[in-house]
Amino acid sequence: MSATSAGAASPPTAPSFYKATIGKKVVMALTGTVGAGFVVVHMAGNLGVMGGAESFNRYAAFLKTSMLVLWAARLVLLGSVVLHIRAALQLYALKAAARPVPYAKKAYRAATPASRFMIWSGSALGAFLVFHILHFTTGTLHPSFIEGNVFHNVTSEFQKPLIAGVYLVSMAFLFLHLRHGLYSLTQSLGLSHPRYVNTAKLVANALAFVVAAGFASVPLAVLTAVVR
Amino acid sequence: MRTFSLTLNVWRQKSASEPGKFVTYKAPNVSEHMSFLEMLDVVNDDLILTGGEPIVFDHDCREGICGSCGFMINGIAHGPNRATTVCQLHMRSFKDGEELWLEPWRSAAFPVVKDLAVDRSAFDRVIAAGGFVTAPTGSAVDGNAILVPKPDADLAMDAAACIGCGACVASCPNGSAALFSAAKIGHLGFLPQGQPERDNRVLAMVEQVTLEGFGHCTSTGECEAVCPKGIQISYIARMNRDYLKASIAKRPEASVGGSG
Ligand code: HEM
Ligand code: FES
Repeated sequence: MSATSAGAASPPTAPSFYKATIGKKVVMALTGTVGAGFVVVHMAGNLGVMGGAESFNRYAAFLKTSMLVLWAARLVLLGSVVLHIRAALQLYALKAAARPVPYAKKAYRAATPASRFMIWSGSALGAFLVFHILHFTTGTLHPSFIEGNVFHNVTSEFQKPLIAGVYLVSMAFLFLHLRHGLYSLTQSLGLSHPRYVNTAKLVANALAFVVAAGFASVPLAVLTAVVR
Repeated sequence: MRTFSLTLNVWRQKSASEPGKFVTYKAPNVSEHMSFLEMLDVVNDDLILTGGEPIVFDHDCREGICGSCGFMINGIAHGPNRATTVCQLHMRSFKDGEELWLEPWRSAAFPVVKDLAVDRSAFDRVIAAGGFVTAPTGSAVDGNAILVPKPDADLAMDAAACIGCGACVASCPNGSAALFSAAKIGHLGFLPQGQPERDNRVLAMVEQVTLEGFGHCTSTGECEAVCPKGIQISYIARMNRDYLKASIAKRPEASVGGSG
């Protein structure tokens, strides 16, 4: 091809792909999808609390049937979270550099708060993730943790309004993060199409709501003594 | 004819290297039939007659087709009307006594030249990287020698309506040039003439966008809401798809090839 033709002659490498903001967003979208898939399954599992201590503890034990599968899943999830946060921070730095002088006046016509504050809803989720693992997985932050008695671990803590409140607020952030994220990933991955874009937004909102509301139903059920 | 007065807080900045600040001006006797730029012309006449420095802003066609004009009015690119450049914006869209804030596009890739005028050469470099087709010149090709489906022609035309004003970058919370580059990549990508260089084009233009330091797309939709040509963010999804596809599937060029 002659020197005047459009663009580079050699195929891009993985680093050059990731160097573009589009590449970083592809990583965010894929790792975000892993996370979204996880929260859907995790939420559905949590609803088992409603069935009482015995069945819920049996379900929790079932999840630990194979240490190999458990750790494989944990590794994929951890890897996704790390790549997701890494890309988020890199994009945040690029965005800050792209507009060094802020507007004195800025108005928004279309951008929703959920879309503008992904970094903050994401940061809240990151902080929640750390607390949540230390709370219910390792028991480090749990005052009466009993290994294997997941029903007790959950219900004893959600009776405390402060703890339940932390979880409820975090689920509000999850709703905001997912309602925009699940739609945005269809753009980032090039799956969006004018014919389906309204459906995509609807599905994103509905899925985000179902996941957040499903999670929130557990502390609410314990708090209102429906489950104890 | 209705006339009224406005208070303007205008960003004044001597050059890219000097700090700027807002200066307040009165605009008396504004006719509702004036365009926004004509209103500024009158303010500038007064400034010149009283020994002041006129407010610098870009403009050329004043009919919404060249893409020269553009600044923020109360935080919205090109002002309050949708699908309207600031040169096409009429003063009947404003009320007596209103206070307006005029700011230049704020983007590291668009350094301020003076006051409300910014340097958008970054866009030119993105186009130069691949926003064209390498066509042999010479005698004109027969009409309809290459067939283009009507929906594709329409989509190509919609994308080609981009005048490169920079409002998308200016209004994006991340200072992203995704809508501009997607429009330029899209309008050639929908046409048969754009196919031979399609992979190269998206790779080269996206690389140049990266080099210019624009931010990323978060799908806020703010760009399409202010675009004077109403270009939609579905083109961004298509650019992302092209970029992914080219990154995965582009074939290397053989040093000797095509000899069978
Ligand atoms: C439960 C955990 C999480 C899930 C399920 C999740 C999911 C998602 C999804 C699906 C997206 C859309 C990607 C796209 O726009 O293409 C996204 C975007 C984003 N996530 Fe997360 N995320 C999680 C945690 C986090 C954390 C811990 C952070 C930490 C900072 C974070 C920061 C972001 C940011 C900043 C974006 C938007 C990127 C942008 O377009 O500017 N997320 N997330
Ligand atoms: S001056 Fe040409 S588009 Fe406004």
